[in-house]
Amino acid sequence: MTFDEAQGYVVLATLAAPLLTMLLLVFVPGTQKTAVRYISAVAGAIMLGLSVYIFTAYQVGDGHNDIQMQLRWTWVENVAFLKKDGVTLALGVDGISATLALLNGIVAFAATLVSWKLDFRTKDFFILFWMLVAGVYGTFFSLDLFFWFFFYELAVVPLYLLIGVWGSTRKEYGALKLTLMLVGGSALIWIGIFATVNEAGLGTFDMRQLWAAGADGTLDPTFQKTFFPFMVIGCGVLAALWPLHTWSPDGHMSAPTAVSMVHAGVLMKLGAFGIIRLGIQLMPEGAEFWMPTLMALGVMGAVYGATAALTQRDFKLISGYSSVSHMGYVLMGLATMNAIGVTGAVLQMFSHGVMTALVFLMIGALYDQAHTRDMKDFGGLAKVMPVWVIFYTLAGLANVGLPGLSGFTAEFHIFVGTFRTYPLAGALAIFAAALAAAYMLRMFAIVFFGPLNPRWAGLKEMTPLEKVSGGLLIASMLAMGLYWAPFTDRIGASVTLLPGVTG
Amino acid sequence: MRDYMLFVPEYLAAGLAVVIIAIELFWPGVRKETLAYLTALAAAGWGAVSLGYLGREPESFQGLIQIDNFTTFFRLMGAGIVIVVSLLSAQYLRERTKTAAEYYGLLLIAGCAMVFMAAARELITAYIALELLSFCLYVLVGYLKRDNLSSEASLKYILLGAFSSAIFLYGMSLIYGVTHSTYYDEIATALSSRAAGTDQAAVVGFMLILAGVGFKVSAAPFQWWAPDAYEGAPLPVTAFLSTASKAAGFALIIRLFTSALTPDAVEWRWAVAIVAGVTMTMGNLVAIQQTSMKRLIAYSSIGQVGYMLVVLAAIGWGDQEVGRNASTALLLHLTGYVISTLALFAALTAYYNRTGKDTITGLRGMAETQPFLAMVITVSLFSFAGLPFFAGFATKLFMFQASITGDLLWLVGLAVLNSFISLYYYLMVIRQMYLFNPEEGLARFKISPVLWATGAVLMLGVVFIGTYPAPAFEAAERATETLFEQGPPLEARVP
Repeated sequence: MTFDEAQGYVVLATLAAPLLTMLLLVFVPGTQKTAVRYISAVAGAIMLGLSVYIFTAYQVGDGHNDIQMQLRWTWVENVAFLKKDGVTLALGVDGISATLALLNGIVAFAATLVSWKLDFRTKDFFILFWMLVAGVYGTFFSLDLFFWFFFYELAVVPLYLLIGVWGSTRKEYGALKLTLMLVGGSALIWIGIFATVNEAGLGTFDMRQLWAAGADGTLDPTFQKTFFPFMVIGCGVLAALWPLHTWSPDGHMSAPTAVSMVHAGVLMKLGAFGIIRLGIQLMPEGAEFWMPTLMALGVMGAVYGATAALTQRDFKLISGYSSVSHMGYVLMGLATMNAIGVTGAVLQMFSHGVMTALVFLMIGALYDQAHTRDMKDFGGLAKVMPVWVIFYTLAGLANVGLPGLSGFTAEFHIFVGTFRTYPLAGALAIFAAALAAAYMLRMFAIVFFGPLNPRWAGLKEMTPLEKVSGGLLIASMLAMGLYWAPFTDRIGASVTLLPGVTG
Repeated sequence: MRDYMLFVPEYLAAGLAVVIIAIELFWPGVRKETLAYLTALAAAGWGAVSLGYLGREPESFQGLIQIDNFTTFFRLMGAGIVIVVSLLSAQYLRERTKTAAEYYGLLLIAGCAMVFMAAARELITAYIALELLSFCLYVLVGYLKRDNLSSEASLKYILLGAFSSAIFLYGMSLIYGVTHSTYYDEIATALSSRAAGTDQAAVVGFMLILAGVGFKVSAAPFQWWAPDAYEGAPLPVTAFLSTASKAAGFALIIRLFTSALTPDAVEWRWAVAIVAGVTMTMGNLVAIQQTSMKRLIAYSSIGQVGYMLVVLAAIGWGDQEVGRNASTALLLHLTGYVISTLALFAALTAYYNRTGKDTITGLRGMAETQPFLAMVITVSLFSFAGLPFFAGFATKLFMFQASITGDLLWLVGLAVLNSFISLYYYLMVIRQMYLFNPEEGLARFKISPVLWATGAVLMLGVVFIGTYPAPAFEAAERATETLFEQGPPLEARVP
């Protein structure tokens, strides 16, 4: 067994950890809530450790493959239309997925800690939660289209129940809308996959063979131009592509804290990741043709999200729309099709992931005590919850793109990339960033400062676990904001190899 | 004489059916559960004996009936269905009827009929097998004599069933008129060797046959009996209707359309494509408005039939390789569908035995009162909707992938959109179970261990096929191996 193969088992272990945790939890009696929590916390810590390992062990430089830590098990082959290697459990990471797996590890662990106080059907919650996490890991690691889509859908399956049962504020509506819109998007991907596998005629779902087919013209340009929208709109729904973003604010508003964190933090990135894997890599000709359109939609999302956030009063809606705006940047970054822009997009995925998770964590910490999220109800919270205010402020400033925090690193890359190809779009994006400052500072002013409403005098500071969880996220933000070389090296190495991406 | 050895499993099943009926005849006080378990054992023996035919060279009984892997596949599936359905019936039937032996006997005989539908290679034989299955089902659907709904369902089913049989027969006679044969391979030879030009009688014959079998599998626009029959029938019989009767119908369709009717595929394939599209769309849209769980399942299974008909369309549009791959994938999908459906009915029956509720709102709060059943139902509904981890995802994906030919992308696209629509009404059921509290006074309860175990095993089956479809897929491939090797190599005739 070579070293790379051995590392492949690390990837497999990372994917298996949440699934095994699910299985283990099935056999824990539902009344043993503390046991469920400890098992989940330990599992979360293990996954975080494995994710950190994968990220650090990913080698950059000459003589290293782009896709590392590979593992390949034949699943189904030589049956019906499937030829050799028809469906394989092919796992592996490139610089992009290594970064995103790290994000998933961080956010999932933070969300586990935050869910400590969840007391209603705890066991069921964690079983579904780990299913969600497994789906996300699987999508990042899979190099086989069948399993890629398998895990992509797997991440959507538990959401309906997670939001519907444990959510708040119009939870049934939010859960249903979210599930249907996401699965509707998947339907488009599904059609795209059928068409692609059929057109390539290789009898395999192996992504690397299909990517090669996309690059060498086996998937002819007309085909690529026709089906690129299927893939990108399908994935775009999950990435809150304007105008298909409407599930996002409603869904986030209804979701419980931990689910909001994972959902806004990681799950939405699956959509953008899908655009890279199924769009740019699979159909480079289609990408070249459609990217200007994606740029326009991305700008639209960035400006629209920021404007909408400016008018909201519910914390979660502000963050929901702000997510739409930030995912708009991600789409813009991808649409630039130059190395710096696409690198920025992936950086933004990571940055927005930790930052949004932190924001939802803060909102959850307040809502659990106050049971309202209308910001007009609050005022002067800095006097009763100083640490909470500091954490929230950091998240907000990262959101705005303050240098030293992750948001700056990411947005800077995206803006530079955008200005190279689409100066007007770049200008509009910066305008949206200014709006971000406006809605964030407006909220800070109303909620944190001013006279304290005596109704809130009894609010308590965050629990220690919430502080640990938030601290972890802040550390990630600072890491990327202050020393981004580890991230840009890994991402950049893979991004420059994407077909059609210029230097 | 050796030919008669081909049917040993069916001798066993039918013989034991008679024995079971005799037991109650001579010993009326026998515990009805005992009969159910005996039936399950008989079916298990039937399945075990069928295994002996695995991998043997295809053997034919006078050219009428073909015992090959395809037949074995459906023997095993039939035996499995009868085992599960008799286990489901045990408690349900004991609480509702005084005599149960005929019920179990007919169940076994219906299973045999399913095998002959899969094995027939001659039109009259296929017709008789189909009628045998239908007659068993007419009785089974109306088995609760005192229940008006059950009797009404049975009557409706008989009337419409007889009508459709007549249509099927008429179609057969037209085909016979054109080809002068009722044997599948001779029909194929006659169809491909006759002079070019469309033969009106043959086309009408194809359409009538399509209508006849379409009725049996409840394809639109011949599906009207299904919701009423499903609703009125005893719950386990509904399970049997939506699994065995559909599987048998598709076995017959595959055998008939891949051998006898392929040469004239251009004449019927467009009709199949339209029927498939209409069936899935209608089934899924109407399912949205249902309030009764049984009716919902009826319409949802109509939707499923639409997906499976895509395969038939692919057999018509594609070359032999496409046809074979698509048939293989259809058998895989059918396996997943049957297991999911049986799991769903195991849970519904267990719940109904306890609460007497079978409406959708009646499931309210099941996650509190019976979390295990709620989980089984959720798993099977997600499997129908085609979500991963569960059978439906993998099987549907393979089935649609195998069915794609350049001309059929639209139909597959429609099927995918439909399976998206279906998620909505499945979620409406799941919503009742998980999002609402149970009605007053309904505390947590336990269910019978037999049903618990049945549900658990079936649920594991759904997950197994969903996560590791290779064994079932390979079995399906071996089952279809011989389908296309019969008769001369056929090219689609261009009129």
